[in-house]
Amino acid sequence: MKVKMLSRNPDNYVRETKLDLQRVPRNYDPTLHPFEVPREYVRALNATKLERVFAKPFLASLDGHRDGVNCLAKHPKSLGTVLSGACDGEVRIWNLTKRNCIRTIQAHEGFVRGICTRFCGSSFFTVGDDKTVKQWKMEGPGIGEEEEPLHTILGKTVYTGIDHHWKEGIFATCGQQVDIWDEQKTSPICSMTWGYDSISSVKFNPIETFLLGSCASDRNIVLYDMRQATPLKKVILDMRTNTICWNPMEAFIFTAANEDYNLYTFDMRALDTPVMVHMDHVSAVLDVDYSPTGKEFVSASFDKSIRIFPVDKSRSREVYHTKRMQHVICVKWTSDSKYIMCGSDEMNIRLWKANASEKLGVLTSREKAAKDYNEKLKEKFRYHPHIKRIARHRHLPKPIYSQIQEQRVMKEARRRKEVNRLKHSKPGSVPMVSEKKKHVVAVVK
Amino acid sequence: METAPKPGRDIPPKKNKLQNKKKRPQRYWEEEITPTTATASAEPPPNKKRNGEPRPQKPKNTHTPKKSRISKKPQFLKKPRGQRNAEPPRSVSGAQDPFPGPAPVSVEVAQKFRRIDKSKKLPHSKSKTRSRLEVAEAEEEEISVKAARSELLLAEEPGFLEGEEGEDTAKIRQADIVEAVDIASAAKHFDLNLRQFGPYRLNYSQTGRHLAFGGRRGHVAALDWVTKKLMCEINVMEAVRDIRFLHSEALLAVAQNRWLHIYDNQGIELHCIRRCDRVTRLEFLPFHFLLATSSETGFLTYLDVSVGKIVAALNARAGRLDVMTQNPYNAVIHLGHSNGTVSLWSPAMKEPLAKILCHRGGVRAVAVDSTGTCMATSGLDHQLKIFDLRGKFQPLSARTLPQGAGHLAFSQRGLLAAGMGDVVNIWAGQGKASPPSLEKPYLTHRLSGHVHGLQFCPFEDVLGVGHSGGITSMLVPGAAEPNFDGLESNPYRSRKQRQEWEVKALLEKVPAELICLDPRALAEVDVVSLEQAKKERIERLGYDPESKAPFQPKPKLKGRSSTASLVKRKRKVMDEEHRDKVRQSLEQQPQKQEKAAKPVGARPSALDRFVR
Repeated sequence: MKVKMLSRNPDNYVRETKLDLQRVPRNYDPTLHPFEVPREYVRALNATKLERVFAKPFLASLDGHRDGVNCLAKHPKSLGTVLSGACDGEVRIWNLTKRNCIRTIQAHEGFVRGICTRFCGSSFFTVGDDKTVKQWKMEGPGIGEEEEPLHTILGKTVYTGIDHHWKEGIFATCGQQVDIWDEQKTSPICSMTWGYDSISSVKFNPIETFLLGSCASDRNIVLYDMRQATPLKKVILDMRTNTICWNPMEAFIFTAANEDYNLYTFDMRALDTPVMVHMDHVSAVLDVDYSPTGKEFVSASFDKSIRIFPVDKSRSREVYHTKRMQHVICVKWTSDSKYIMCGSDEMNIRLWKANASEKLGVLTSREKAAKDYNEKLKEKFRYHPHIKRIARHRHLPKPIYSQIQEQRVMKEARRRKEVNRLKHSKPGSVPMVSEKKKHVVAVVK
Repeated sequence: METAPKPGRDIPPKKNKLQNKKKRPQRYWEEEITPTTATASAEPPPNKKRNGEPRPQKPKNTHTPKKSRISKKPQFLKKPRGQRNAEPPRSVSGAQDPFPGPAPVSVEVAQKFRRIDKSKKLPHSKSKTRSRLEVAEAEEEEISVKAARSELLLAEEPGFLEGEEGEDTAKIRQADIVEAVDIASAAKHFDLNLRQFGPYRLNYSQTGRHLAFGGRRGHVAALDWVTKKLMCEINVMEAVRDIRFLHSEALLAVAQNRWLHIYDNQGIELHCIRRCDRVTRLEFLPFHFLLATSSETGFLTYLDVSVGKIVAALNARAGRLDVMTQNPYNAVIHLGHSNGTVSLWSPAMKEPLAKILCHRGGVRAVAVDSTGTCMATSGLDHQLKIFDLRGKFQPLSARTLPQGAGHLAFSQRGLLAAGMGDVVNIWAGQGKASPPSLEKPYLTHRLSGHVHGLQFCPFEDVLGVGHSGGITSMLVPGAAEPNFDGLESNPYRSRKQRQEWEVKALLEKVPAELICLDPRALAEVDVVSLEQAKKERIERLGYDPESKAPFQPKPKLKGRSSTASLVKRKRKVMDEEHRDKVRQSLEQQPQKQEKAAKPVGARPSALDRFVR
């Protein structure tokens, strides 16, 4: 007879002293871990609930401006510095870590229409209603010195926007036409026009740095190549586009913030159909900015809210609002992709977390592991109705909520009418126009 | 001087040496080779694979089964990064790595950790979804290999008992085993002579550390049976029908003559649950925190012990219920009835999930093994049957016992114990997941009284038997899972660890509604509601947004794009599509005919499910 009984030595399973860690032997045999899927589901449900519990995105409000904040700019080299221009011509530079204003400049008379930093971070440019372009030093004046711009260019018309080249000492302004300036010269290198309308914004492409995009109030978006004297092509939409923003990761993708409550992501190689129509706002979209990862963008709207959209989704993943925030005029995603800043009508700049439930600060390795595990679980079970409902739920202010309901009814009615028309006409005589194609009027080359 | 040992070349001479020295004794598992059911826990951990290795051999390893090593031959080396050379690179010192590459993993062990069924074809879906599914599949495969490789680290090996040549293990008495094993194991065999308080029911806690028992005449006691430290001992002055630990050893449910009572480990009565009256059997579902009670009145009641609410009270409509067991794989309750059927219940359904006709007489006992694949039943017709719970509940094997078994229990490694009068028989199978073969018992034991309750102790090679003479703790080598998981149920856990585990377990309490026959169903696509949603969408939109647009031929170069040629090309594509459709429908037709052919004939009988 040969016999062996299972006989464990407790010394192998119990810690020796109280200072040791507890011993936890593992065995990953599935029969020892029954109900794997239901337990993971419950964990995913708990993680989703906790995510909503900890969703506290609002971080700080920077107050000090004496009029609505009209434009914002990031510092290219310092994460903690941000510049803002107000409607009374004042420019302020803020320290985000201390959350205070470190410098105030009375830059223009009337609105500061646009502000941009030089790529090296040593100076910045502002344009205003007083038909001037001013270049300022980033550092403040020494003791006894007066606050004065480095250069001032007096123009003939009002400038409505400015953007700096990403690599060279060249910047572009817009107004009646798009002007491209050399920093050293007082007259533009070239001026480009297409039609006779006022252009509201101009943006350099961060990758293909000689490309520019602009949008004008005659409903079109025009693309330029700096190396040519004439514009490249333009696309005409249903309504006016307020600004555009280039994707920092994909050179040919840009997103346009439109008056018709939608945002359109275009591929500049095929402008006749937008890649994606992003709808969720209930009023005109005023500004848009990409995350440095190029996967998401944030949009500011006249409906007193900002929303975060994934690039490939037509619906927003997040909406931020507060009781006191009025029409949001400008928005920026910080360069570490963690925060969002928005400037609004009621003179405040607000700082938000890009990921509402993210824990700030250094995470221990166990916290990080738990976070990763929860993320994976949430991803795995995200389509389950109960989890989906919790993850999607957002509280909205009443005006926005009722507007959404109203617009849903309107849209439904429109679609019903369309379907009826299709049903009662000769097959093929009424074309089915997709939502993407509906809003593009024409592409001109 | 000898050079560094090279794997492969060094092994044969050593083997010869071994054989020259001494003839190897015949091992009982060397007679039959079952390549299909070789699983990891039946095999030794693969770290003893290379014998030619200058590694100190532990005395423990001397009984390493040789045959299983051969059965593990089909191994594949995982090559995660690029191609590996056949010749391992030599280091500066000229020494060669005796273990080049990652540790080999046997296919069967990796198969155990598979979660995605690869035999199912991927759904015909959009390329994006498809590629995501493919990525998930590849990831899953890699993970299963890693998990299988981690089996190397398991510290303990299962016990075993084998006779000499021609010796029947069933003839081996408990006293012989006790004599042969070490002192610590021998101490696990004990008898409690408690003749006064009549037949006993008993229950081990989840970790296998604690034992509670209750006698028909009211004696209730709980003890740490390893150290033999008594936790409490009371007399409830009422008949005790059944006893069960709740999620931890601190709480104890006792089914008494009238009502269900809950005691703590001091013997203090915490609750008296009057909504569960005349309870005959108790089952605790540890992951759902549900206490299932079956009563004389024919009700199956689920009590949520974490909140103290009754989740469901189901009327089985089959008279008195006194045969109940749970399926540990899917938490379904199996009830045995006097008409020979076993019904399967979940709290989410008012009706049984399934009814299985098992015996010609009433059902006396039911047990389900830990993998949820087989169910053993015994009935008044003196039959002991084993059913396959996957698929159509077909009987795998049956055997007539002279007395018929009144109590059944499965061990963690698939041993089946049956109590027949005052005798306990234990049958063993080939491996862990295989059903026990009923031909020859593995062990038998005669007790001093009639058996009234049976349970294998989790994580110990011990079978606890409650009988009219008291409690007997039997040694059954090879019954229990040798390697426990410290985060699930740890017999050596401290108080702090138990408290932490309790909080975690409560946080992930599985809702009672999720109990169903297939616990993995939650991770699969709900095809029915998906198709319903699709249909509704089409109705709402007035057209199918995912339908393919009709083929429109592209205009060709100048001169080639006449109307006639356009029509011709269009026709060609249409004909091809039509042919595809016809081909598909032709393929489906014979299947339909087969399906239609079956129900022809007389009325379907309940026994049809046994037709192979």
